[in-house]
Amino acid sequence: MEKIVVNNLSKIFGDTPKKGIELLEEGYSKDEVLEEAELTVGVNNASFKVNSEEIFVIMGLSGSGKSTLLRCLNRLIEPTAGEIKIDGTDLMSLNKEELLEIRKEKFGMVFQNFGLFPHRTVLENAEFGLEVQGSPEEERREKAKEALELVGLAGWEDQKPAQLSGGMQQRVGLARALAVDPDILLMDEPFSALDPLIKKDMQDQLLDLYEDLNKTILFITHDLDEALKLGDRIAIMKDGEIVQLGTPEEILTDAENDYVREFVQDVNRSRILTAEDIMTKPLALQYEQDGPRTAMHKMKKNEISSIFVVGKGRKFKGIIEIEDVIEVINQDEKELSDVIQETPLADPNESLDELFADIADLNIPLPVVNDDGKLLGIIVKSTVLANLAKESI
Amino acid sequence: MYLVDILTTKIPLGNWIEAVVNFIIANFSGPLNTFSEIISSMISGFEFVLAYGHPLVLIGILTLIAWKLKGKNLAVFVALGLLLVLNLRMWEPLLTTMASIITSVLICLVIGIPIGVLKAHNRIVDLITRPMLDFMQTIPPFVYLIPALMFFGLGNVSGVIATVVFAIAPPIRLTYLGIKQVSDELKEAGRAYGCNFWQMLYKVELPLALPSIMLGINQCIMLSLSMVVIAAMIGAGGLGKPVLRSLSTVDVGLGFEAGLGVVILAMVLDRIFGRE
Repeated sequence: MEKIVVNNLSKIFGDTPKKGIELLEEGYSKDEVLEEAELTVGVNNASFKVNSEEIFVIMGLSGSGKSTLLRCLNRLIEPTAGEIKIDGTDLMSLNKEELLEIRKEKFGMVFQNFGLFPHRTVLENAEFGLEVQGSPEEERREKAKEALELVGLAGWEDQKPAQLSGGMQQRVGLARALAVDPDILLMDEPFSALDPLIKKDMQDQLLDLYEDLNKTILFITHDLDEALKLGDRIAIMKDGEIVQLGTPEEILTDAENDYVREFVQDVNRSRILTAEDIMTKPLALQYEQDGPRTAMHKMKKNEISSIFVVGKGRKFKGIIEIEDVIEVINQDEKELSDVIQETPLADPNESLDELFADIADLNIPLPVVNDDGKLLGIIVKSTVLANLAKESI
Repeated sequence: MYLVDILTTKIPLGNWIEAVVNFIIANFSGPLNTFSEIISSMISGFEFVLAYGHPLVLIGILTLIAWKLKGKNLAVFVALGLLLVLNLRMWEPLLTTMASIITSVLICLVIGIPIGVLKAHNRIVDLITRPMLDFMQTIPPFVYLIPALMFFGLGNVSGVIATVVFAIAPPIRLTYLGIKQVSDELKEAGRAYGCNFWQMLYKVELPLALPSIMLGINQCIMLSLSMVVIAAMIGAGGLGKPVLRSLSTVDVGLGFEAGLGVVILAMVLDRIFGRE
């Protein structure tokens, strides 16, 4: 079901916004409009639908118009042109009172710098929306407490926001939004001001809450990782325009223009893993001077059918198959050097993609060997696949 | 030739002002009198309340307030200071001054804070009040003593009016500043949760502007006190009167005693109602 429908929404800042719309319709770009008419284009002809109970991420760099777009949805910023429908209600046709009602009823908002009231306690902050709605004190206290419990802040009710850490402050912000039980959560870069680890926690918690609460969430971020992690669908904005809209998969695999491609590339480049990053310790190693029975014992014990052979200083020699070892033992020989086979090697700096090509047809692990011929570790096919899968999420 | 005329002929600004003042006196004497009555009864009302019990009762009450609000040290200071004034036989003028100041400050706040709020929300009000405030803050008080005298006659009422003109700027300016300084994000938070204008004002703006408004009140009290002597020139009673008298009789001792009364009152009010 469609929760929010936005059609041809534009916002022009300046004295003559209508002129800006005309210029945009004539095909002027954001920069040209600024030059021609000294008008700033906030949002340029954005159209999208947000489904009920999905996380819709709007992503873009600063100045891309994402925050403006979000604020148009509850008319904190008055759109210059276009249509917004919330549950079928035309938002633009509402008068002032109706607009206030719909803000109370449908929306909860979370802000980048938390937007908490320093003169109110945590509980009073969480109560704020209900207080504005005029709900009786007892009831709103109850609901605010529930919301605080939901975000894990039970017991902090009487503190002032300034006494809390950033992550906890934003939990209060989230509790304030959840307390009014809105259909739609508007989240304006809510985790951008937090430390990376806390940010990750908050993202996980938001996803947990999302599972339980059946809310429609509009989430703004400038961080593609965050967008990919949270978004059911992602709209990427540039210069006020939505340049691509799609699922995380579509964004990653099917960039529609150079801007998005560059973005996605940056992400992939930054998280490139090499052989060194994902290699593991071999279960067992055969030393050159060891006999066939030792090899047999090691393989049996670790339930493996082949073993890598190393010399002094872990210099890599090759691999021995269990069949060959049995053969040698049956012939009652002591020397294994004749049955050592060569095997494909991986360089420590080899990327995941290259590794995948190497290991695809291989039934044994891939040894990682450095320039001096030393065995550093081994790579198992399942590790490569798991990491490749992670990379594309 | 015409240009030379313009440059050499004096603009009759003084005459115009006089005409305006005379016009007001001639046509609005009714409302002016009512206004004068109200202020006059406010002052005597406060004076009556302050002088109701024995001076020691009032000193005790103020000491207690100081203790409750700011602690023991200030309480000791308040008690000693006021006892000194009592001892110097300046108690009655002190009460009159206090009553006038309470009246002036109340009027300043009742008018000033709403104007400050309005000024913060309305650009036109802001534009209009800005030069007026500059004018009121910089023009020598003696200049408006004369029209005050003409409108309200000799006495405490004229003194209060002159004091209000002098002391109203800080509550307006600091209320305005306090509300302007509320961060956009907090205002946005208020709006996002559906606040109307009044909810916004009472739940968000005024509480957050409170420190600034308190400073405005404190400044207002201090400026009112600094008008005590000047107000005495148009017949206001209180501590200003003995100061003026000492000036005309070159009585250093009397001047100092009355002056000390003003200082003690100022410090007591400032320490009790000010923020550290």
